[in-house]
Amino acid sequence: MHFDLLAEAIVAGLMLGCFYAAVSVGLSVAFGLLDVPQIAHPAFLVLGAYGAYFLGQYGVDPLLAGALLTPVFFLGGLALYRFYHATFERRGGDAGLRGLAFFFGVSFILEVLLILSFGVDQRMVEAPYIGKSLALGEMRLPLRMLIAVGVALLLTLALSAYLSKTFTGRAIKAVAQDEMALSLMGADPVRIKHWAFAIATATCALAGALLIIVNPVEPGLGRLYIGRTFCVAVLAGLGSMPGTLVAGMILGVAESLVLNSLGASWAPAVAFGLLLLILAVRPSGLFGR
Amino acid sequence: MRGWGRFSVGASVVLFTALVLTRVAANEYFFFAGYVVLQFVVLATAWNILGGYAGYVNFGAGAFFAAGAYTAVALMKLFSAPLPIQLIAAMCVTGLMGFVIGAMTLRLRGIFFSIATVAVAVICETVVMNWSLVGGARGTTVLPPPPPEGFSSYARMLFVLMTAIALLAVTLARHIETSKIGRGLRALRDNEEAAESVGVPTLRLKLFAATASGALMGLAGAPFPLYMNFIEPTSAFSLNYAVSALAMPIIGGTQIWIGPVIGALLLASVQQIVTVTVSSELNVLIVGVLLVVFVVAAPNGIVGLAQKLHKRWQRR
Repeated sequence: MHFDLLAEAIVAGLMLGCFYAAVSVGLSVAFGLLDVPQIAHPAFLVLGAYGAYFLGQYGVDPLLAGALLTPVFFLGGLALYRFYHATFERRGGDAGLRGLAFFFGVSFILEVLLILSFGVDQRMVEAPYIGKSLALGEMRLPLRMLIAVGVALLLTLALSAYLSKTFTGRAIKAVAQDEMALSLMGADPVRIKHWAFAIATATCALAGALLIIVNPVEPGLGRLYIGRTFCVAVLAGLGSMPGTLVAGMILGVAESLVLNSLGASWAPAVAFGLLLLILAVRPSGLFGR
Repeated sequence: MRGWGRFSVGASVVLFTALVLTRVAANEYFFFAGYVVLQFVVLATAWNILGGYAGYVNFGAGAFFAAGAYTAVALMKLFSAPLPIQLIAAMCVTGLMGFVIGAMTLRLRGIFFSIATVAVAVICETVVMNWSLVGGARGTTVLPPPPPEGFSSYARMLFVLMTAIALLAVTLARHIETSKIGRGLRALRDNEEAAESVGVPTLRLKLFAATASGALMGLAGAPFPLYMNFIEPTSAFSLNYAVSALAMPIIGGTQIWIGPVIGALLLASVQQIVTVTVSSELNVLIVGVLLVVFVVAAPNGIVGLAQKLHKRWQRR
């Protein structure tokens, strides 16, 4: 491969990687920190994307739509976790297995509901920054990617700061380390988990808006993002926010290189291949706890 | 070995009925619909061997099904191999895939294992998409040979074949369940470390269960190209297979061999009716909703509900 092309592929990969980090932070919290088998996370992302598409028909900017939908997703996440906790976590037994089947079913239902209400065609949004690009020497940087990178970095860093600086944020990390100890300190681990899961779901609103800004979406897109988001979350080392950013970039560059050398039809396998490799070699990830 | 006599009489009756039906029934559509229902009986029973007995949730049933179908297509394109060879080859390929998945359980449990099966499915799909011999993303047409002697159409022969495969699957599942293997699998599902420490050969059992499960799923998929006369990756790898293979045992009941059979017969029949009368999206939605409802409200499925009712009735 030519050097210029290689450099261009790497830059494109890094930008893509920031975006992948943004769509995976929620999963890093829900799965990485709380151990919830949140396999429906990508379905919520696609739901967020369709939310932005729906509001976009009334002239709302996709990013604004994402921000507007965030509280709605927060409440949805709160309700979903309340239900999950009451039916599975508290009952114990083979809750893990059934929880997994439950979230799988939820994601399937979301996908079919989207098909029934929007059809299977690809949808996209319009905004002033979509379709333009910035010339940087020889390279052309699409403006929509730059916007996505900006928002993605903001989202990831904000969440990272929240988890390490605020009281509740630290409590969320503490739940992940030792639930029993936390309850001995007088904090209610279940309440903290509700809060954390709601935040994780809320990120899907904004990240979903990014999803539709970066690429057109279709209801079945969630399945591909199972690979991407879990690849990033596991590679990051379950729950590490800086790790999520680094892992996102690794996946982004890997996908971009494969895209440029083997062609687009092989790209879907990259995330899953990388995921299998990580699971086989180092399941605790780069920054494992 | 209790009850094998009655079981084999039942199995023979089912096979005989299927044969008689191909002579008597006039409506060709019946065999098309019946084939699909039986195919789901095989998939659900196969999934349950690993998912229900051993507790390893496989989200990649679609990939095994498609791998069986594509093995058959590749053999037809390369050597124009006859159907029996296709069946055996498909079983070997997907059995091997199952073995590999079983080996992954060495390190991966719970959700990690399940995600890995999704990964295997997507990687298989990508490979097939890029494989021009079997048609790539556009798919390929398969012409069925003339129907064999004694059958008036090829679909009727496939219907009887799928009945036989379903009986084989159920027999194997029942054997696993009632033998030492089943006890070992149940032990490792409840607590793998504890089972290992009292001498249950967990790895060997898991490998066996995964291989058997995979081989049966491939067997369910092998006649699919001849049934459809056409195959393309999107429908062969459809998420519907993965969801149904998991939903049917959970809805029917995962603890006993009849559970997946009940779930599959019920759900697949409803699906066939809804697809024809309403829409195919709606029938997919029904599966998803029923899965969630049963997981939440009736974790032991229809069989569990029936047992509960039976107990209450006895106490009265």
